Amino acid sequence: MQFFFEVLIGGLLSGVMYSLVAIGFVLIYKASGVFNFAQGAMVFFAALTFVGFLEVVPGWFGMELGSSAVFWLSMALTLAAMVVLSILIERIVLRPLVNQPQITLFMATIGLAFLIEGLVQGVWGASVRGLDLGIQDEPIGWMMDKTGIGISKFDLFAAGVAALMVTVLAIFFNKTKIGRALRAVADDHQAALAIGIPLQQIWRIVWAVAGFVALVAGLMWGARNGVSFSLTFVALKALPVLILGGFTSIPGAIVGGLIIGSTEKLAEVYFGPLVGGGIEAWFPYVMALLFVLVRPEGLFGEKHIDRV
Amino acid sequence: MIYREAGQFKTSYAEDQRIFPIRQDRIGMALLLFFAFVLVPFSADIGALLPGALGAPFNAIGAVFSSQYTLQAIPIPTLIFSLAAIGLNILTGYAGQLSLGSAAFMAVGAFAAYNFMLRVPGMPILAAFVLAGLTAAAVGIIFGLPSLRIKGFYLTVATLAAQFFIVWALTKFDWFSNYSSSGVISAQKVVILGYVFDSPAANYLLTLAVVCVLALAAKNMVRSSIGRSWMAVRDMDVAAEVIGIRLMHTKLLAFAVSSFYCGVAGALYAYTYLGTVEPEGFSLDLSFRILFMIIIGGVGSILGSFLGAAFIVLLPIFLDNTLPALFGDSISATWTSNLQLIVFGGLIIFFLIVEPHGLARLWQILKEKLRLWPFPH
Repeated sequence: MQFFFEVLIGGLLSGVMYSLVAIGFVLIYKASGVFNFAQGAMVFFAALTFVGFLEVVPGWFGMELGSSAVFWLSMALTLAAMVVLSILIERIVLRPLVNQPQITLFMATIGLAFLIEGLVQGVWGASVRGLDLGIQDEPIGWMMDKTGIGISKFDLFAAGVAALMVTVLAIFFNKTKIGRALRAVADDHQAALAIGIPLQQIWRIVWAVAGFVALVAGLMWGARNGVSFSLTFVALKALPVLILGGFTSIPGAIVGGLIIGSTEKLAEVYFGPLVGGGIEAWFPYVMALLFVLVRPEGLFGEKHIDRV
Repeated sequence: MIYREAGQFKTSYAEDQRIFPIRQDRIGMALLLFFAFVLVPFSADIGALLPGALGAPFNAIGAVFSSQYTLQAIPIPTLIFSLAAIGLNILTGYAGQLSLGSAAFMAVGAFAAYNFMLRVPGMPILAAFVLAGLTAAAVGIIFGLPSLRIKGFYLTVATLAAQFFIVWALTKFDWFSNYSSSGVISAQKVVILGYVFDSPAANYLLTLAVVCVLALAAKNMVRSSIGRSWMAVRDMDVAAEVIGIRLMHTKLLAFAVSSFYCGVAGALYAYTYLGTVEPEGFSLDLSFRILFMIIIGGVGSILGSFLGAAFIVLLPIFLDNTLPALFGDSISATWTSNLQLIVFGGLIIFFLIVEPHGLARLWQILKEKLRLWPFPH
């Protein structure tokens, strides 16, 4: 039973990491109706740019390597890069494709993913880099002693960061003027446009916010697995999370992440040995698939009604 | 002036409904087939038979395709990917079901053909190809079942599930690869009626023949009532259902036919192109490449599948050759591969913005212009 809980909690916490990526998807889908396949590439872009700045910033400004000033300056520069990227995406990709079918926009973001991956690897190099946030990926001592359940400090930290980010986003969406405009756009594009909300500016903002979310996700995943091309595959893992939680709901993204994270770990541990292991690669997809067969709009998604 | 149908009268329904209603198109197609079937593989031989000046043009073509490398590295993969792209185009372009799992169905085809050849004594290779296609079709139907309930992006997850599950199953259960290490299979010799297909030219002709037959079948399918019901489902499935199209039947048929084409393409990929394949070779990356082929070539067009496949096969070769020439030796190998990613991504976005119907649409515009030439209207 102890082992079961250890696996379950480990899975839940790694599910939080999936949620971090999925939230970025949800933000953009809600605001612009674009299913942004490039979110994984943006996570990779953010993480690699951050690590790259960590290396070059000390040289530029004559600062000490690894000091906290370098850390925060790199963070600011990366955020600026994400904002520039968002503006460019809106201007070059989204604006010419306004009013196209969703599937066209989806395929455009696949192209965008390739573009971003090539660009960022070209600039910073394709080698695998480590990222140290100063938090060890080791079990918490006292909890290990008391209950015998090992929970990684890092996982707990990631969960905390995710909670903080969701709170910030919730405040941003509910209390600020921009946030309300974002929700209005998400609700109805035309009505929002009619009452004078600048649609294109809102899109730029929402892509920039998604870029920020990508940065947070990139830091977490980068610190955990190292910053390499494989970060882009994280986006693929976020797909079943979205399906499960519904495309338009941030709580859905979190709950979906938790469900996917825990069941995939449990399945790997208890069911995997029966078929030779490695089922983590496909289990989330099959589970999400079985789930949508019962509930096609996901847990928290809006019910879709077809009209002729 | 040359390309005009004035004076060509159609006096029967059969004439009205032929694939190429204009005579010039038929002549052009015949010339193209002659070029593909005779000139590409045999022009060196023809050039040697003919005296001096007569043989010169044949020798020139022969020189291009005589090297074993050229024939094996460009026309064969182009044809095979065209076939896979036709498969995906039937599903995505005609029936409107976006799929990210085409490579997995190619893998099913390759491994099914291998196992049929291995386990059934005296199995003719062409029958194995057909059976491989049918196996892929059966698997396609299974993974197409969710399409009855879900659509759009939700369905891409079903196809992604197919992609990851199939590759995992082929790697994990080594029965499929006859207990070879890490799932690598080596295709058996291709023998038809006692003739051994072991030269690039022979492989090329075999691939070409299979692709031509299947492309013709696909062209006819999409022009017939099946194709029209696919398009009705693509444009709006509820409306299609209302006018009496059986959704389940139509969607599953699209999955089956599409997977059949991908499966045969996969079998050809193993038998006439690479010879040795492993499940990992049929990764998500390959699925994306096939998707790019239909976007660039033209979604919902058989011709577009060929154009797109040729484009995607030739582009990396072109970039490999031109980039060092453009930038000198200063350009590193990593930049070359990254530039490829950038060019691919950029082209996809460019095509979606400028010409969402792809190269096939450009070809169509060219033909319209040619019909009116030299007049503007």
